Amino acid sequence: MRARVLVTLRPGVLDPQGEAVRHALGTLGFAGIEAVRQGKLIEIDLARSDPAAAAAEVREMCEKLLANTVIETYSIEIA
Amino acid sequence: MRAAVLTFPGSNCERDLARAFAAHGFAVDRVWHKEAALPAGVDIVAIPGGYSFGDYLRCGAIAARAPVMAAVARHAARGGHVIGICNGFQILTEAGLLPGTLMRNAGLRFVCRRVGLCVATTASPFTALWARGAAIALPIAHHDGNYAADPPTLDRLEGEDRIAFRYRENPNGAARDIAGILSANRRVLGMMPHPERAIEAAQGGADGVRLFLALAGALAAA
Repeated sequence: MRARVLVTLRPGVLDPQGEAVRHALGTLGFAGIEAVRQGKLIEIDLARSDPAAAAAEVREMCEKLLANTVIETYSIEIA
Repeated sequence: MRAAVLTFPGSNCERDLARAFAAHGFAVDRVWHKEAALPAGVDIVAIPGGYSFGDYLRCGAIAARAPVMAAVARHAARGGHVIGICNGFQILTEAGLLPGTLMRNAGLRFVCRRVGLCVATTASPFTALWARGAAIALPIAHHDGNYAADPPTLDRLEGEDRIAFRYRENPNGAARDIAGILSANRRVLGMMPHPERAIEAAQGGADGVRLFLALAGALAAA
């Protein structure tokens, strides 16, 4: 099965890269963009077949490595 | 006195750092990241700058989980001294040995120049030879030096006098102008500026010398 982990900055943490993207989109003529936040998508192929066990394992991966919880949050989809 | 200078794939300041320690009376062991233990008798572990593991995932994130870092955590837990410079600072925060994190510079640009610093505390084995508030200059060279932590953590660092260096003109957006911080026991220092690139006049300045002298004095007395 495949896990998709979405890592994003916590609300309130300034995102200078997202801000630069917002500016660039404005330069291209896209109007009305209020905010851009940049994150990461990590896909993990797992040998497991039990979705609950897979979710628990991926959550541990997020806590130990995939996200820096000082500034980031994560969400997990198992498919 | 023994210093262990770590090397990860992508480290690029390890020779300068080893040379700076050797020039101040330290025996230096160079330690590869796959080692599970530090050499016997190491007084200080030094984590150099560079781009460990290509800065993949987050700066310092992969290096912080390398085998040698478990040994560094044990060394720190025993009260051993540790210094992390630039990428080494990022690795120490990722390893949980120092609070907070280093984010992308607010101006988004890589900044490579000498900057003015203020020595914010002299109560540490790294800064004891300066006067409090001393104005010094050291080189910085980084893309991710924007120190960030939640306000209670920043308040605690200030309240416990754990800010070692502050920028006189903030080059990267770092919270409260923080350029370097200490652990609670004051024996682990993480800093973005490079003292090892300022140990003789030929490098354009020698303000880094006092850090190595202070450390040599503190460890010789221990």
